[in-house]
Amino acid sequence: MSNFNRRDFLKLSGGAVAAASSMSFSSFAIGGASKKVVIVGGGIGGATAAKYIRMADASIEVTVIEPNANYHTCFMSNEVIGGERTIDSIRFGYKGLQAHGVNVVQDSVTAIDAAARTVKTAGGKSFAYDRCIVSPGVDFRWDTIEGYDETVAETIPHAWKAGSQTVTLRKQLEAMKDGGTVCIAPPPNPFRCPPGPYERASLIANYLKHHKPKSKLIILDPKPKFSKMGLFTAGWEKYYGFKSDNALIEWHGTPEGSKDNVLQSLDAKSRTVKTEFNEVTADVLNVIPAQKAGKIAFAAGLTNDSGWCPVDLKTFESTIHKNIHVIGDAAIQAPMPKSGYAANSQAKVCAVAVVSLLNEMAMPQPSYVNTCYSIIAPGDGISVAAVYRYNNETGKIEGVKGAGGLTPGYDKSTMEMRAREEQYAHSWFKNITHDVFG
Amino acid sequence: MNYKRRLQGIMIAGSVALAGPVFAETPSAAMLGNTCAGCHGTHGNSQGPATPTIAGVSSEYFIDAMMGYKNGDRAATIMDRIAKGYTDEEIKLMAEFFSTQKMERPEQKVDAALAKKGMKMHEKYCEKCHADGGRSTEDDAGMLAGQWTPYLHFTMSDFMSGKREMPKKMKKKVEELQAKGGDAAIEALIHYYGSQK
Repeated sequence: MSNFNRRDFLKLSGGAVAAASSMSFSSFAIGGASKKVVIVGGGIGGATAAKYIRMADASIEVTVIEPNANYHTCFMSNEVIGGERTIDSIRFGYKGLQAHGVNVVQDSVTAIDAAARTVKTAGGKSFAYDRCIVSPGVDFRWDTIEGYDETVAETIPHAWKAGSQTVTLRKQLEAMKDGGTVCIAPPPNPFRCPPGPYERASLIANYLKHHKPKSKLIILDPKPKFSKMGLFTAGWEKYYGFKSDNALIEWHGTPEGSKDNVLQSLDAKSRTVKTEFNEVTADVLNVIPAQKAGKIAFAAGLTNDSGWCPVDLKTFESTIHKNIHVIGDAAIQAPMPKSGYAANSQAKVCAVAVVSLLNEMAMPQPSYVNTCYSIIAPGDGISVAAVYRYNNETGKIEGVKGAGGLTPGYDKSTMEMRAREEQYAHSWFKNITHDVFG
Repeated sequence: MNYKRRLQGIMIAGSVALAGPVFAETPSAAMLGNTCAGCHGTHGNSQGPATPTIAGVSSEYFIDAMMGYKNGDRAATIMDRIAKGYTDEEIKLMAEFFSTQKMERPEQKVDAALAKKGMKMHEKYCEKCHADGGRSTEDDAGMLAGQWTPYLHFTMSDFMSGKREMPKKMKKKVEELQAKGGDAAIEALIHYYGSQK
């Protein structure tokens, strides 16, 4: 429809939107050149944004630059560690994105020039963009624990980015003698997947209970409390003798204002960790360090003093650099948690913002959701959910009052409902991964 | 996916052209519907094994279900918590989004002999309201043909235990069916619906 121009469309979008649906929008790209979006990182946020931009406007050229050929999901990797699932089942490739017309480049982004609007890679390539979306996930604050660094993490894994370290941790558990000690050191807030360390503790305890029952799992936590705490600890009491003389799981927290169980140092040779209050020598040690935005966010100057990226919460455009959006774990997006579902939800809002901005169209009001399942034991799943709105006056994301919240405790529900939640957790996994990579 | 239709659907809230995004108060149908995909699948087509497909559901059924979750009248694990996050107007928009999607019927493991038995049960007790082998969504009927079988199990379990109220006509027919064939008859029905493409 060559006689239908953008101006006509914009007029139509006011009163007669339905009429526009029969018109072609292919003439919109200014000067005939198609608009370019470059996405840095092919994790949950980046892959979702790529797919949803292409689904909304196939005239936009979308390139995803990701160093790995496959992505291992962090979510459900605890089932691999616990022996309930294979590593292959959490590995996803990029054929699905390519089928949506996304250009997937296997390379590492080394720099983003916000003024020139170009992205540079380790492979020596340069990509021009109209809009850039950065979804780099987290990096670790290696300077916070004496004796722990990227090299040590190959043998004393954090396994907080799923993949080879997930397998290493699983193998170490399999090789451990009955009567051994496992120690998990969760990170301080904020970090990726807040219930993750405690689901991991649950599923490791489940493995120990059935295969190495004389063993013990010690959690040295730098926090006074944690996500889904009441539900986890009730589950630990039910299955793993928590708080009893014969406890399989021990949790050592840190009261507000103290440093009781904040990890200070690690001796890799003896697998010993020290806090102000405790010294634990473990057979299997899982140290999850404090976190910050992924490396490229720092290189591109997208972070503030907190180590995370400030963004406009309706478009996820960086408040530091124009035309660059940051989504997922790396962005400051409280009260949303740093979760896979949150990254998926934000990516869709960001995709709509980017398509709107590139087409110079008004954008609908955002809507966001987080849904996060954890498994305490086979047949016992729990969840937390929240629905969020954008407050036009304050510019903040707010959880809808009276909605969301946690699975009820054992006293207010039945094991049949917990078993359903476990099945829904596995469905969540199949659906979100298909929504992202399919 | 049709580019024109998708773009129009997503951008529907636009009223005037501006350099930057402007926000209406209520999110668009697609904006709302896309938040459900992480659990219910892209456009509401669930990859299973248990979460139901909601693509192609009737608008009336969707609104009734969401209002039931919101008011606490319908048994739920998580949907009661989520439904409370939306206004009635937003629920209507989501209903519009999902009712206009096309349901995909996935391959599921079913017992062929049971499914055959279930077909006879369906024709005798269910077809009148759940027409076209449970494919029809007319008159608020839930989508049965091709729905994930674990979800159908949960649903029937809630109906049978009284956690969820059956419509009068359904109650009568289910009681007749149970008197005739017991729980095995219901199992057969579920296998029949799960086998439908």
